[in-house]
Order: sequence, then C-alpha cells, then structure tokens
Amino acid sequence: MEGNSVVTPEIERLIQAVETADSAAKLVGAVRALAATRSPLAVPQLTTVLRYNNPGAAVAAVDGLIQIGDAAMTHLLANMDGYNYGARAWATRACAGIGDPRALALLQEAALTDFALSVRRAAAKGLGFLRWQSLPQEEQETVQKAIYDTLIQVCEDPEWVVRYGAIAGLENLAKQAQHYRQPLKDFLQSFVEQEPEAIVGERILWTLENIGPI
Amino acid sequence: MSEPNLNPAYTLDQAIANLQQTEDASARYYAAWWIGRFRAAQPETIAALLVALEDETDRSPDGGYPLRRNAAKALGKLGDRQVVPALIKALECEDYYVRESAAQALEGLGDARAMAPLMAKLTGGLAAAQLVEGKPHLAQPYEAIIEALGTLQAVESIGLIEPFLEHFSPKVQYAAARALFQLTGDNRYGDLLITALGGTDLQLRRSAMMDLGATGYLPGAQAIAKAFAENSLKLIALRDLWATHRQRQASSESKALSPASRQILELMDSLL
Repeated sequence: MEGNSVVTPEIERLIQAVETADSAAKLVGAVRALAATRSPLAVPQLTTVLRYNNPGAAVAAVDGLIQIGDAAMTHLLANMDGYNYGARAWATRACAGIGDPRALALLQEAALTDFALSVRRAAAKGLGFLRWQSLPQEEQETVQKAIYDTLIQVCEDPEWVVRYGAIAGLENLAKQAQHYRQPLKDFLQSFVEQEPEAIVGERILWTLENIGPI
Repeated sequence: MSEPNLNPAYTLDQAIANLQQTEDASARYYAAWWIGRFRAAQPETIAALLVALEDETDRSPDGGYPLRRNAAKALGKLGDRQVVPALIKALECEDYYVRESAAQALEGLGDARAMAPLMAKLTGGLAAAQLVEGKPHLAQPYEAIIEALGTLQAVESIGLIEPFLEHFSPKVQYAAARALFQLTGDNRYGDLLITALGGTDLQLRRSAMMDLGATGYLPGAQAIAKAFAENSLKLIALRDLWATHRQRQASSESKALSPASRQILELMDSLL
C-alpha cells in the first residue's frame, strides 16, 4: 500500500459519511468525496459501496477505484467471490479500468461470458489496456497471446458495442506489442467485410489507419 | 453474424402458424413480435400481419388492441412498402397505442405517402394536444408523429411542428426540435437539445440524448459524451449521431476517415 498506513482523521470522517448517508443523493456525494482522496485507505469502503443497489454511487466508487489503481487490486480480487452479481459487475469494470495484469483471467471470463453487455464491453476494452509491460519479460508473450486470442473471440459477440470494445482493445495491444500488427491487420481486413454495424466498420478502418503500414 | 435466437426451439413455420390461428391470443401476440424481431419478411408473414392489424378478438381490459400494436410494429421492420396503406388506416384506430405503433412503423418504412395523413394528426395544434381524461397519454401520439415527419423529410410540416416546441411535455418539445433540425438544418434546434441534456430529470436527459443522436448535429457529440447518464446509452446516441451525420455527407472518394468521424470515435472510446 502506498500513502499513509494509518487512517487519517479526514479519511475516517469521509468513510463515516458514506456509512451514514441516509439518502441516495447524499450517498453519491459522500462516495465522490471519499473517492477524491485517491487514498488506498478508501478502498475497502469504496468496494463495499459496489454492493449497494445505487448506480450513481457505484459509478463514483468505480471511478475512485480506477484512480487509486493497482493499490485497489488486491482487495478487489480477494473479495470478488463474495460479491452478488451486481457488485461483481461493478468490480469487473473497476478492474478493466485499472489495467493491472493480475485481472487477466477475470477479464477474459467477463469479456466472453458475462450476462450484461456493458460488462463484456468494459472487460474487452480493459483486456487490451492491461499493462503486461510490468510483468517479467518471460511472462509477457503468454499474456499478450491470451489477450489477443480472447479479443479475437470477442469479435464474434452478437452486440455491436462489445465488438467495438474488442477492436479498441486489439488496437491498443498491437500498438504496444508490435508483432501483433500484421496478424491484426490481416484479421481486420477480412473481418470488416462481414461486420454488419457501420460504426464498428468505421472503428476497424480507424484501427487500420492507427496501426499504420507495417 | 447470426442474431441471438432468444428461443431456439421456435421456428419461422411455427411463428406463421401461431400468427394465423386465433385460439391462443398470447401465442399470436408473441408470434407477431418474433417476426418483427427477426425481420422475417416474406409473403406469408406479411399477409398474416395484415390480418392481425385488423384483429377484433384480442382486447385489453381498457379496450385496446394489443395484437394490432405488435402487428404494426412488426410491419414497420419488414421493409415492405405494400403495407403502407394499411398502416395509414391504422393511424385512425381508436387505440392510441396502435396509432403510435403505426406512426413509428411508417417512419421506419420511409414512404412519402404517409406524410399527409401524419400531418393531418397535427391539425388543431397545441390546443388539441392535451391529455385524454383518465388516460396517461395525449390525444395523439405526438412524439411518434413528429419524429416520423422529420425522418420522412416532410418539409411542408415545418409550420405545423413549430408550435410543439412550446408543448407542456418536454418529450414532445424534444421531438419537435429533433424534427425541425432534420427539416431545416438550423443549429438553433440542435442547441435546444444540447441544453436539454443539462436538465435535472434522468428520463428526460435520456430522451433528449437519443433525439440528439437522431439529428446528426455534430456539436452534440461532445455534449452527449459529457452528459450525466449511463455510458451504454451515450454510446448508442453517438453511434446514431455518427450514422445520421455520415448519411447527410455526400459520399467522398477518399478512404481516410473524416475529422468528424475521428472525433466521434475518440469520444466513444472514452466511454467503453
């Protein structure tokens, strides 16, 4: 954990404000204030908020967890099994935004099988933005390949916006791992022919522009 | 890419058979929906839907015609313009929701024959556009009618639509702004919808967002991305805005993406 190892009075006060909020609007405000501290000390309370059935508060908590970043990962992953479906979906979105490669398996499963298209979409994009550069050299290629293969599979999703997320993810992977440019180009040039949704076709053309001539 | 089949055991033959029978009203109602959902356009389905559009057997407690509503919706999705006269007739149905579905279907089919009958529904202006006593709806499905006139490029209806910018229902106001933008290209109307995105009611912000998407008004893209609403809806609105904008541009020879396209895709990426 970075930052202070003791709960400072200020954060303690903000955590209490979340616990004692007596209306949906107050809860959203309190979660935003706690999230704004960007302190790892806020993580347990922010993840607890994901279990409340309050989308406004959950969005604010997810944004806060993403800002806190890797320091939130251990807690998120350790508690994943205890979450109900809604909380798990929010936690997956937080992991997708953080980019810590420890979330690989979680995001693979979510991108391919989650019931909610918003979770599949976020997980697909998140896979492409995992920071595998932080891993030891010998593990990087395995993770890159897992990401690439999963996202190619996600391109078969029936929902256009999930395919869109997969294309955005693949583009980022190929920008960071240059040896995926040619395979991705080959894949997209034929995939674009069968893509029924015009905006996804446009996103593919943009990727082909962005990954440039090989 | 295959559509997800919600009920894999259900086949087209079964849908046609269920739609043609009259004993089981709910099976018939589902069959009409299914045919529209999977866009199963062929002579048998269209003939059966036209019969369903005049059905007298399936009645709701409030006197409505549920099967007719679904039949009209489905006919709007099948792309066969032969059914336009039947849908125009359905605009006169006593059931408000049948009239609403018919107006939406006529919008979907894009046939100019619908313009005059739709415009006729706006006569009486704001004075006539009041709530029906004891019902949760207005005298006519104004949103659907006005939106259809915008999509159909019914330029003659501009004067009839303008007063509806002052209607007491914000959703009707937004429909009017959307249609007037489509008919005049005047930025004023796009800006009205952008202003509506800052409102306090989430339902109304969602509604204004979808209307802005339908206008293809480029300055709306940034406003949609920033609005306080769920990303799923913003992505749909931005997709629609892009598609409408692109449709309006003359097709260019250049293969490169336009700056407008890039800007919209960048915003969409940020919402994933």
